[in-house]
Amino acid sequence: MEQAPATLPRLSLEHFQHAHCESGVTTNLLRFYGVDISEPLSFGIGAGLFFGHIPFLKVNGTPGTTFRTWPGAIFKRATQRLGIQIHSQKFSRPEQAMQALDEVLERGIPVGMQTSVYYLPYLPEAFRFHFNAHNLVVYGKEGDEYLVSDPVLETATRIHTSDLAKARFAKGAPEPKGFMYYVKQVPPQSDYPNAILAGIRQTCFMMLSPPLPWFGCNAFALLAKKIRSYPKTLSTRKAALYLGNIIRMQEEIGTGGAGFRYLFAAFLQEAAERMHREDLKKFSEELTVIGDAWRNFAYSAARIVKARTSDLVSFQQLSDQLLDIGHREKEVLKRLRKAAQK
Amino acid sequence: MHLDEVPQEGLHYKERDTLRKLMYATDREGHYTGVASVGWEAENIATQSAWDEVNESLRETEAAVRSGQLSPIVYFMQKCLMDLPILARYVGKWRWTVRRHMKPAVFKKLKPATLKSYATVFGISVEELQAFGSNKQDS
Repeated sequence: MEQAPATLPRLSLEHFQHAHCESGVTTNLLRFYGVDISEPLSFGIGAGLFFGHIPFLKVNGTPGTTFRTWPGAIFKRATQRLGIQIHSQKFSRPEQAMQALDEVLERGIPVGMQTSVYYLPYLPEAFRFHFNAHNLVVYGKEGDEYLVSDPVLETATRIHTSDLAKARFAKGAPEPKGFMYYVKQVPPQSDYPNAILAGIRQTCFMMLSPPLPWFGCNAFALLAKKIRSYPKTLSTRKAALYLGNIIRMQEEIGTGGAGFRYLFAAFLQEAAERMHREDLKKFSEELTVIGDAWRNFAYSAARIVKARTSDLVSFQQLSDQLLDIGHREKEVLKRLRKAAQK
Repeated sequence: MHLDEVPQEGLHYKERDTLRKLMYATDREGHYTGVASVGWEAENIATQSAWDEVNESLRETEAAVRSGQLSPIVYFMQKCLMDLPILARYVGKWRWTVRRHMKPAVFKKLKPATLKSYATVFGISVEELQAFGSNKQDS
């Protein structure tokens, strides 16, 4: 078999920093094809906003909490709603996956892929846990290094071939299995208003409709109940660890602040401008206020983590704070759902 | 959150403050815009506490390995920030098998090939894996 050349064309992909990896990758990939899209727009059309708390699904010993939808969904939904054709693929062996990547690059196509942050040496060590759903774009190869546009970084970077192969074949849920995706065809025009409304409707549906306690607005009450019980059921150390994990999901992994609530508010604002809808602008302002409440929640939680306390009152107050945010967010989303029908 | 309220509180720990992340905040007219932030106190507390927990567990596990309650596999697993499900996937074994290998008595009888596969996953030599926590090693 013929050996792929060591150096592949370097594509003129322009790197922009974004808050979140997947909406950032979606935006950077689409901009390469001249699509006029911002990160908030990708995020909103892709219905990225979500909430979930699954106590029995332990991630590194702590109950799983998420403020966003599942990996891969934003890119898929956003491109689908804009009529953009994509190709995505998983692999069973690293050699296959790396060869397929080289072949696509050779055709002049930038490639998005799922990786584990543990194997990305260019990230600060503080972030490098086994988190296997980080997205980045590869847009060229020089010698044994790939050129990487990682949306959470301020500038483009590079990664060694062996590190990238490890990152694409990290083990443990969610397993990337070399998952990669790229844009095949972009239509001359996309129907933004409809895509935006569909994104809003799906966001509201996912937050308001699941009749299960672990997903959407129901999970606010579940987590509030759990937090109330932490000082009684957990050691001080475990309670601090659990709370700390919620803060990290909300703020540490790139969320743009307040667990994606600001990002969603920015989306509604942009939607309002594009569609000349004053009501969406109002919703954006309301979401901003809710985002501020989430920031306060994280701040209160951090104080408990720092004090390593089992004080019942502190946990009770934190739980009430969360319940209150949950009620308000639910109420806003219910009205937003109605508004998005039009 | 207003632009001028975006915190710039860096955490000088494990290169955390070398990365500025993009945040979304509103300007005076209420317009959203992106702004780079080096960090926030609440987030830093959570990051630091996650690492403190890792280090504390490592110290406890090291003591347990030295006193013969656990095999070195547990120590290196935690050192690589893994848990049982992740390690089991990396070495390609059942979880209960790996759990058995965490017992010192079982660990001593492991075949060289099995030890090799653990050592490879942890990025160390078989000798390092076997010697850890035993009296032969002085550290």
